[in-house]
Amino acid sequence: MGVSVRAGLAHVWFLGVRRFPALIRQPLWIPLSLAQPLAYLLLYSAVFREIANIPGFEGDSYATYLAPGIVIIASLFSGGWAGMNMVYDLDSGVVDRFLVTPVTRTAVIGGRLVEESILAAIKGIGLAGVGVAIGATLHGGLLGLTILVLCAVVLCAAFAALSIAVALTVRRADSVVAMTQLLLLPLTFASTTFMQRDLMPGWAQTVSRLNPVDWAVVAGRGVVAQDQDWGSVLAHSGYLLAFFAVSIALAAQAFRVYRRSV
Amino acid sequence: MIEVERLRKLYGSVEALRDVSFAVEPGTVYALLGPNGAGKTTTVKILTTLSRPDGGSARVAGIDVMRAPRRVRQRIGVVAQQAGTDTEATGRENLMLQGRLCGVGGAALRERVGELLDAFGLADAADRAARTYSGGMRRRLEIAMGILHRPTILFLDEPTAGLDPEARRLVWREVERLRGEGLTILLTTHYLDEAERLATTVGIVDRGSLVAEGHPEALKAEIGSDVITVELMDGDAQHALRALTGYDAEIAGEGRVRARVPDAGRAVPAVVATLAEADCAPLSVTVTRPSLDDVFVKHAGRAFDGGAG
Repeated sequence: MGVSVRAGLAHVWFLGVRRFPALIRQPLWIPLSLAQPLAYLLLYSAVFREIANIPGFEGDSYATYLAPGIVIIASLFSGGWAGMNMVYDLDSGVVDRFLVTPVTRTAVIGGRLVEESILAAIKGIGLAGVGVAIGATLHGGLLGLTILVLCAVVLCAAFAALSIAVALTVRRADSVVAMTQLLLLPLTFASTTFMQRDLMPGWAQTVSRLNPVDWAVVAGRGVVAQDQDWGSVLAHSGYLLAFFAVSIALAAQAFRVYRRSV
Repeated sequence: MIEVERLRKLYGSVEALRDVSFAVEPGTVYALLGPNGAGKTTTVKILTTLSRPDGGSARVAGIDVMRAPRRVRQRIGVVAQQAGTDTEATGRENLMLQGRLCGVGGAALRERVGELLDAFGLADAADRAARTYSGGMRRRLEIAMGILHRPTILFLDEPTAGLDPEARRLVWREVERLRGEGLTILLTTHYLDEAERLATTVGIVDRGSLVAEGHPEALKAEIGSDVITVELMDGDAQHALRALTGYDAEIAGEGRVRARVPDAGRAVPAVVATLAEADCAPLSVTVTRPSLDDVFVKHAGRAFDGGAG
């Protein structure tokens, strides 16, 4: 490994963990940021418990069905708002401060993605734990859990990259908020997070198949299901990775455009 | 140490810089002085590799900023007006991160950070979040971050904008200390007193052009005259004006006259004696030397208005 590659990776790491000491000093932050997915998990698993009795519903309980989906949705929420941090960093001069140091250019975006990914992993593990506590069964052991969390991390990073691309392009907090709010809920509900695909209306089935969030849900849920369908897991992981690659490319392009416009 | 030649920058159809050229000698402090929007920050952005010019060339520490921006970044320290300090992180954490990004690490970094916290009077606040710092402390932290990796050139963009007088003085003292250590400094300011106090050379910029350049004293000497204003005991300005034949004098309001002279220090006794002889005893005498303000007016053709923000 060349010196510059090693230095570049070190820069990504330094920028990825730079905010963690401050986060650890205000430990309430993690449960607060988990409030929404936690409410989804606790409320929906209770309110919609009877879904498990619908003819055609597969699996032992609704909690078991819902828990892996919530792990994925939580990562969507956390990555989807990454652009807000980016707007703040642009406005307060943080990005420019990094750019006038010898730091590897890509680390400025890469660090942000690493930070979001680490947080998504921590939240994912926490939510999976809560899921088990309320009666969900996660099959597949440690490997299953690891792959589920990896799916969450990749989805989080992909949406973080998209959100950052939007932030770098519009550079306004209100536009990023509007855009994010517009997208998050449809992306959440047009997926198999809450409802099995063959129990949805036909059009919703079609939409959900095209939804990157659903790719992560299907792949993630697939590895912790009782009967793993590795073919489907692999295919959906593949789609997810392709989506991730496109998102990263968009963020990189937006960053190039930003740097030219300074 | 810095050579700027015919630098041009366009933002859309707006010419932010029009053929700006200047040079900064090693170990000196060069102040770009001008109102907001004059092109000071644009110049700094180009010299610190953030922006690319649309024309001209710039060399920093002998390195072309367009051809080898990476090498330039290793040699420069930058304190932007929006400095991008992480306010949730402590002073020490900010310094440590800055060091790591500049390739300083390990025990050397810890030692350097400790040394800077002491030198900038931040040792007691080192482990508090920067959010709790006063404006002056924040600025000193940012300057410490700028010089952590021992750059040869330091860029300070509006280093005291928005600070209270006491904090400004403390920042000035730090800049003077760094100048004493031989650092080459390029600073931008819209405060005349700041440029006058800190700079070896002042470059006056207005609307994207460098309109004048020189040592502050030399620039003022170019304007020429000092002004002596005399308040008269009996208030008869007409009478006093008649007495001051041979001087470039005029009435300066109710009961006052003023005279332009090359050197007020030498001229005051003669002016006072002339007036006393003509029975126009002076009540008070005020001497005004030309300020950089006057220099700006002369070259930009309008009053300096750096005021807001």
